[in-house]
Amino acid sequence: MKKKMFKTASKKPINGAQALIKCLENFGVEYIFGLSGGAAIPIFDALVGSKIKLILVRHEQGATHMADGYARATGKPGVVLVTSGPGATNTVTGILTALMDSIPIIVLCGQTISPMLGKDAFQEADISGITMPIVKHSYLIKDTNTIPRVIKEAWHICQTGRPGPVLLDLPKDITSATFTGSSLDPEMDIPGYKVPPAPRKAEILKMAKFFKGSKKPLLLVGHGAVIAKASDAVKKLAEKLNAPVTNTLLGKGAFPETHPLSLGMLGMHGTAYSNKALTNCDLILSIGSRWDDRINGNNNEFCVGAKKLHIDIDFAEINKIVKPDSWIVGDAKAIIKELIKYIEPLDTKEWLAELAYYRKEFPLKYSNDHGLTAQYAIDCCYKVTQGKAIVATDVGQHQMWAAQFYLSDRGNDWLSSGGAGTMGFGFPAAIGAQFGRPGELVIAIVGDGGFQMTLCELATAFINKLPVKVLIIDNKYLGMVRQWQELFFDNRLSGVDLEGNPNFAKLAESYGIKAFHIHKTDHCYDIMKEAMAYNGPCVIHAEVIKEGNVFPMVPAGKSAHHMIIEAPTEKLEKPSGST
Amino acid sequence: MNTSNTHTISVLVANKPGVLVRIALVFARRGYNIDSLVVSPTVNPKFSRMTITAKGDPQTLEQIIKNVAKLVDVIHCGEHDMTCSIEKELALFKIKASPASKAFIKKHSSKYHIKIDDSSQNHLVIEQTGTTAELDEFEVLIKKYNLVEMVRTGKVLITKGKEST
Repeated sequence: MKKKMFKTASKKPINGAQALIKCLENFGVEYIFGLSGGAAIPIFDALVGSKIKLILVRHEQGATHMADGYARATGKPGVVLVTSGPGATNTVTGILTALMDSIPIIVLCGQTISPMLGKDAFQEADISGITMPIVKHSYLIKDTNTIPRVIKEAWHICQTGRPGPVLLDLPKDITSATFTGSSLDPEMDIPGYKVPPAPRKAEILKMAKFFKGSKKPLLLVGHGAVIAKASDAVKKLAEKLNAPVTNTLLGKGAFPETHPLSLGMLGMHGTAYSNKALTNCDLILSIGSRWDDRINGNNNEFCVGAKKLHIDIDFAEINKIVKPDSWIVGDAKAIIKELIKYIEPLDTKEWLAELAYYRKEFPLKYSNDHGLTAQYAIDCCYKVTQGKAIVATDVGQHQMWAAQFYLSDRGNDWLSSGGAGTMGFGFPAAIGAQFGRPGELVIAIVGDGGFQMTLCELATAFINKLPVKVLIIDNKYLGMVRQWQELFFDNRLSGVDLEGNPNFAKLAESYGIKAFHIHKTDHCYDIMKEAMAYNGPCVIHAEVIKEGNVFPMVPAGKSAHHMIIEAPTEKLEKPSGST
Repeated sequence: MNTSNTHTISVLVANKPGVLVRIALVFARRGYNIDSLVVSPTVNPKFSRMTITAKGDPQTLEQIIKNVAKLVDVIHCGEHDMTCSIEKELALFKIKASPASKAFIKKHSSKYHIKIDDSSQNHLVIEQTGTTAELDEFEVLIKKYNLVEMVRTGKVLITKGKEST
């Protein structure tokens, strides 16, 4: 690695917090998303006059999702700064979200002074301990002079290999003390940390052999392909093989969903034709997907008879869910670039014809007969923006409809909490994305339930004049759970009615944010067009029919061939799979 | 004791605070019990060695090993078996002194590599070194002689020959 020399700008002594901020400046950090508090004051103090812009949020969870959205949209780590105790514990949901989806964020937490650690000091929480199972790595810093080394390691660890969150627990006396170290760019000391090397030719050749003679190949692209920036390589591979491509929820954009070989998203609420492809393929290559239970449902019935190949940067993903016939651990882009050299085009005419038949017979569909549907609203949004927006979603029915109807053609344009399924993610993630990509159109598609979990960040959007568009799909229910209760629990609704929702338009206006209201199919497209062209942040409150359901649906714990394509007329048994 | 599904894992770790918790969490999250765990220094003062024994199915164990190896502070982690490594454990047993117990110790001292470390106040402290299986076997026998207390170190191992542990 090239050695860069960073010097402190002046000879004036600096404290630990200033050393920390200088290091972050040297890494090129543009923004820190944070909320202040006593134990973190020295760090906030060091930000006065810094090149780094502090974005003051209204709740720490929002800060983590903003840093996460920034990271997803730019590929660069997002940085969070909070205080000790409750400030730190409010980041836990955001840290889990980042871990589950492999997102590089750094969470800086103030902490009580080190002599008081473990003595139940005011606003003391053992945040290193609390977050240990949900971070890629963490540090409790006990020596001011180690700060530059630790932040350098954190910066490296969070974004290399399989990215993930790194937390720094920073006692106030440590950040306040004078930094007397010799360098702000010291050597790292992480002998146990290994990033997988370039693929070996023998592995590539072994995997390439499996393609020979395949008549029904299927490429499955996941978030790993987005993170590795492997889009071009995946496209070349698919086109050379003439193989159809399906993507996971987080793999949206890794392969253009408008490409003729794309089958769109697979899994629980994936397209019928992608799930048919999953059932009938004779070879499946996963590129950076972890065979999540939303995809494979029942492991014993998953792609029976098909050769399974797996590319992943994380060795722990190999054999975790699916036992592959061949696997390579490493960077998806580097591996595919090599793999392409050793594979030959396949004769997939019949296979593609079979899938084209399914696509024609079982398209994604909805009806406008009974009032405004979420699908139509999202479809209008897609058409108005010509699919060019960066879309952040929340979690639930609207997320699945957005995945189905807002096709994504570029990696880093689709931001959604897949692994953790964190409600409240979408709106702050959109704010983070807008900071990272200021010139582009950013839309948060959220439900009325999730939006209310982090809507206080309307203030953050307003103050920073961020032109984020918030499309609220309001069905006055926690709709996904209501759907499950309708389908699997005899329609015994429990804990899903969101009676008492605010008037979202008035709410937005009270923050100084423009609001649009859609409640009819007739005016939906025109209002959407007006809203998307609006110069500034706005909320689009779409009141949709209350009892719409997401189909197709593969019940949890079932394999793809148990897919329900339309609303069933018979009673269904309770799902056996997790959630 | 059924040892057929007992696994011995050796982990080389950086001497950083919290590393033990991180490793323990990998087991605990999957509902795996750690039967014994020994932490000891290595030739290099920067690193420590952990020898862990745990019971469970091989698939989960494979995941555990991979996830332990993935931890930033873990240098390497692997499972070992008796064929390529030397495994030892030490036990201390305290029994009431009596003619019968003394005769018992005398009878078994050479077979079980035991010796008496202390015989004060009518109690005997007996030390045994051997494989875990040998210790298990002797434990069954000594229980018949008013066993008051016992403590075992847990298994440690080192690979044979050139291969590093």
